Amino acid sequence: MLAILWKDLRIEWRTKEMLTSFGMLAVLLVLTLSFAHEAVAGPEHSGRVAGALWVAFVFAGMLGIQRSLLLERENECVSGLLLSPVDPGEIFLAKLLANVAMLALMQLLILPLAVVFMAADVGGHLGTLVLVMGLGNLGFAAIATFFAGVAARTRSREVMLPLLILPLLLPLVILAVKATGAVLDGGGVSDVGPTLTYLVAFDVMYCAAGWLLFEYVVRE
Amino acid sequence: MRLQNVCDRWLPWAAGCGMIIALYCIFLVAPTERDQGIVQRIFYFHVSSAWTAFIAFGTVAFTSGCYLWSGKERYDQVAQSAAEVGVLFCSFVLITGPIWAKPIWGTYWQWDPRLTQTLILWTIYVSYLMLRAFGGRDDLVRRWAAVLGIFGVIGIPIIIVSVRLLPGIHPAVLMTKEGTSGLPDPRMRLALYVTAFAFLLVFTWMVHLRTRLQRVADRIAMMQADLRAG
Repeated sequence: MLAILWKDLRIEWRTKEMLTSFGMLAVLLVLTLSFAHEAVAGPEHSGRVAGALWVAFVFAGMLGIQRSLLLERENECVSGLLLSPVDPGEIFLAKLLANVAMLALMQLLILPLAVVFMAADVGGHLGTLVLVMGLGNLGFAAIATFFAGVAARTRSREVMLPLLILPLLLPLVILAVKATGAVLDGGGVSDVGPTLTYLVAFDVMYCAAGWLLFEYVVRE
Repeated sequence: MRLQNVCDRWLPWAAGCGMIIALYCIFLVAPTERDQGIVQRIFYFHVSSAWTAFIAFGTVAFTSGCYLWSGKERYDQVAQSAAEVGVLFCSFVLITGPIWAKPIWGTYWQWDPRLTQTLILWTIYVSYLMLRAFGGRDDLVRRWAAVLGIFGVIGIPIIIVSVRLLPGIHPAVLMTKEGTSGLPDPRMRLALYVTAFAFLLVFTWMVHLRTRLQRVADRIAMMQADLRAG
C-alpha cells in the first residue's frame, strides 16, 4: 500500500500536472466568488442575491455545456458535421443557440429558487431582469460553446474548460452581477443603461469572434 | 540570421547595463517621495513591469494573428515565448503592488479597476500557458493557443469598461484627472523612463532566448516523430 502511495505522489511530483491545473482552478474559483460577492455586489442584499445567481449559473452552465460536447464526440458527430457542406461559423451559431436555449431553461429554474430562498424582489422590473439574464446567457454561451470544443480534446479535459473560460468570463460576471443587483434593487432599463450597453458589446464581440474563428479550432 | 547574431552578442550586455543604470537612477538620482517615503521607489519597478507586460500581451495577440493567417511556426514560437515572459512580468506587477499598498493603503488588495484588470489579464494568460502545457505539441494546440491569445486581447476593451464600474483608488502615473503629472520631479520621470527601457531590453532578450529554445524543442520533436515513422 505504501508503495502505491509513494508511486502516486512521485508521479505527481514529476509531472506536477494535477497540482498546477487544480491549483489554478482553485484560484479561479476563489476569484470568481470574490468577484461576485466582494468586488461588485457590496453589502446590500440585492447584490448578494445577484452574485449567488450568477455564480450558480456559470458553474452549472459550464458542466452542462461540457456534457453536450462530450456527447457529440463520443458518437463522432463532429467529423460528420465537418464533412457536411456547412460553414464552420454556422455550426458554431447553431450550437450556440442550442446552448442558449438550454441555459435559459436553467435560468428559469434558478430564478424562482432565488425568490423563494433568498427573498429576491423580482416583481418590479421583470422585463429588464429577463433582458439582463438573456444577455448574460448569450455572452456566457458564446465563450463556453467555443472553448468546449477545444477543451474536450485536450488531455485533462474536465479541468481545461473552466481553466480556459473563467478568466474570459470574469468581465461578464462583473457586468451581469452589477446589472442584476441594480434591477433587483428596483432599477429600470434607464438605471442599468450603460451596463446593458457593455453587455451587448461583450455578446456581439464574442459571438462574432466565435463565428469567425471556429473554423480554426474544429478543423483537424 | 544577422539580426539574430546581433541579439545574441549585444542584447545581454545592453540589458545588463540598462538594469544597472536603472538601479542607479532609482536609488541615487530620483529623490525620495515626500509623503510616502522610501517605499515609493518600488513604483519604478511596478510601472515598468506593467508596461512590459502589456507589450508582451500585445505581442502575443499580434503573433497569434500572424500564425493563424500564415501558418508559419516561427510566429507561434514567438507568441508562446512572449506569453511566458509576459506572465512573469505581470506577476511582478501583482507582487510589487501589494508590497507598496500595505503601508500606503493599509491593505494588500482593493477591488480597484486597475488591480482587477491586471488580475484578469494575468489569469487569461496563465490559462493560455496551461493550454500549452496540457494540450500537447501538435498543430491543433498551436491553433487553439493562437485563438485564445486573440480572444484575450479582444476582451481588453470590455475588461476596461467593466472594471470602471468598481470604485477606484489607484494613483495616476503620468496624467492625473486634473491634467498634471503624477510625478512632479523630472528626476523621478527620468528614473521611470530609464527603468522602463531597461525592462524592455530584458524582455526582448528573454523572449529571444525562449524563442530559440522553443525552436530547438520543436525541431527535436519533429525528428522524434520522423524516427518513429521510420
